[in-house]
Amino acid sequence: MKDIWVFVEQDSGVVEEASLEVLSKARELADTRGFKVTGVLLGKDVRGVAARLGRYGAHKVIVVEHPLLESYIGELYAKIVGDLIEERSPDYFLASATRNGRDLAGRLAVRFRTGLQAHVIHIDIADDGSLVGHVPGFGGNIVAVVRNVKGRPQMATVALGVFRPREAWGEAEVEVVEARVDPGKLRVRRVEVVKGGYVDLSKSRRVVVAGMGTGGDLTLVRELAKLIQADVAVSRPLSDMGIAPKDIYVGSTGVSLNADLAIVVGVSGAPHFVAGIRNVKTVISINKDPEAPIAEYSDYFAVGDLFEILPKLIEKLRTTGG
Amino acid sequence: MSLRNIIVTMKVTPKPEEIRFDPVTKTIDRSKATNEINPADRNALEMALQLKERYGGRVIVVSMGPPFWEPFIRLAVAMGADDAVLVSDRALAGSDTLPTSLTLARAIQKIGDYDIVLTGEESSDGGTGQVPPGIAEWLGIPHVTYVTSIEVVGPGRARVKRTIKGGYEILEVDMPFLASVELGCNTPRFPDFRRKRWAEREFKLKTWSIADLGLSPEEVGFKGSATTVDTLIELKPPERLRRRITGTPDEIAEELARIIRELLR
Ligand SMILES: Cc1cc2nc3c(=O)[nH]c(=O)nc-3n(C[C@H](O)[C@H](O)[C@H](O)COP(=O)(O)OP(=O)(O)OC[C@H]3O[C@@H](n4cnc5c(N)ncnc54)[C@H](O)[C@@H]3O)c2cc1C
Ligand SMILES: Nc1ncnc2c1ncn2[C@@H]1O[C@H](COP(=O)(O)O)[C@@H](O)[C@H]1O
Repeated sequence: MKDIWVFVEQDSGVVEEASLEVLSKARELADTRGFKVTGVLLGKDVRGVAARLGRYGAHKVIVVEHPLLESYIGELYAKIVGDLIEERSPDYFLASATRNGRDLAGRLAVRFRTGLQAHVIHIDIADDGSLVGHVPGFGGNIVAVVRNVKGRPQMATVALGVFRPREAWGEAEVEVVEARVDPGKLRVRRVEVVKGGYVDLSKSRRVVVAGMGTGGDLTLVRELAKLIQADVAVSRPLSDMGIAPKDIYVGSTGVSLNADLAIVVGVSGAPHFVAGIRNVKTVISINKDPEAPIAEYSDYFAVGDLFEILPKLIEKLRTTGG
Repeated sequence: MSLRNIIVTMKVTPKPEEIRFDPVTKTIDRSKATNEINPADRNALEMALQLKERYGGRVIVVSMGPPFWEPFIRLAVAMGADDAVLVSDRALAGSDTLPTSLTLARAIQKIGDYDIVLTGEESSDGGTGQVPPGIAEWLGIPHVTYVTSIEVVGPGRARVKRTIKGGYEILEVDMPFLASVELGCNTPRFPDFRRKRWAEREFKLKTWSIADLGLSPEEVGFKGSATTVDTLIELKPPERLRRRITGTPDEIAEELARIIRELLR
């Protein structure tokens, strides 16, 4: 029976939600073809969470435990997962297109001289067994229908937030494999981790998005957001400049919003940005350039200076009680 | 302690907003798009130049692409790169990330004597981010992706800062290693005016064919690729009302307030 492997990413025992999305999608594919889904989980003490992965679609979970595996390290993870693949020859290998998922898959694909599709937004297995995926490019405006023609396992990373995790299945069989880690041989070692509070804006109902037009001053944006109980997001350059955390920028390399309402101020609407507001129900934008590309991606496009409009808007919303 | 070669991979990409899709032929029309050095690769080059300024070494740019990329590679030399190689060969057309990473790895090996290989985090056209870890695997060296800074901390050892979900981590890496550099993590310098004239007129750019790298046509291009593109589809922007709101700031604010109140109800 053909086997679809899914890399299940975790950090300090917490499973990455995007991995569950891939698991459930893999199971749907497997069920239509009579294949099997195997989750691959590396971590410190993770066998407790392994069985639970069955509910999201895994028939089986291979667990590799070692204190050094608590968080992702590319070289080490790629070695361990690669050795497992070599030993057991799965037919397919999927990971979510997180930073770590891309990092791992890129290395493994070369080790096995096999095809790897990037951040697919649609995935299927053709009758001849080849993996077919839709790979967005140029910021997301153009999608290539890509087919793997060589190598095993056939690989793809899956875009985040495209598929929904489903808790629709049962317990998974768990196999614990002994970790072969020689700490003396590690060429990459973790020294320090610094984490702030992570916010997942893909679940926010209302969002105010600030762009470079704000000049990096988010005071008015925060005020408006607070007033209408919205979260604050930004365009990528503001994160790059260190004005906002990197988890809150919208776009092809950042978060994809699924909000009912997004108010987008001082954003030009570059392809890499608008990829992140596709699924927003209503988009309101403010831009002083009447030709700004964001106009085409907006339901309401206000032409004007955000520093003149926002204070008045805040005042009006406040006096009428929002 | 001085660093040996610092090799930067660099490609040239069309500006994504200027790409047009022809729905009839289902092809991408790049002819009207302005080309530029892939944005993240400019950050990689800037990081390389700063490393050189601090620790010594030679910065060498490696690119795999058509001959028309040459002026952009000379631009990288004008920015401060000491040497540059363009791998160009008809047989490379249609390469996916497998032969691309192979070809770049071979070129890096041919240059040799390197401590650090820097790439961009991803390219703005293909945008896979797969090439960097792929190159590292071909070379058999460790890699770290999404790096924002590098500091040499001892003989053959560096500390790198890597962006992760919710923050960053500091990793210690043995040289030689590959790092993919995060887009926007520094401000790339402008080319020096005098150097620019020299780079355009006198600098001798190395151009290598696949034969120079010991590669056969079967290993690269369409034949060497493990994926194929069946067709291209245009993803149209979602249907939007596209209503324009104009007037004085007060009139606009009034109208927006009305719309927002309506939506929040
Ligand atoms: C590989 C790659 C990946 C990328 N990924 C992303 C991504 O995921 N997300 C992302 O956002 N970007 C991404 N980018 C960058 C993207 O291409 C754009 O550069 C970026 O989105 C521009 O941000 P911006 O619209 O805020 O700034 P700008 O393009 O500078 O636009 C600022 C806008 O503000 C307007 N403005 C200025 N002052 C005022 C004012 N007072 N009142 C009203 N309006 C004003 C201007 O008219 C302008 O339209 C990526 C780029 C590359 C190459
Ligand atoms: N043809 C190429 N020539 C030189 N460098 C490349 C090429 N393709 C990819 N790269 C490097 O790999 C990085 C990631 O590219 P990609 O994996 O295509 O998103 C880029 O930022 C470049 O530094």
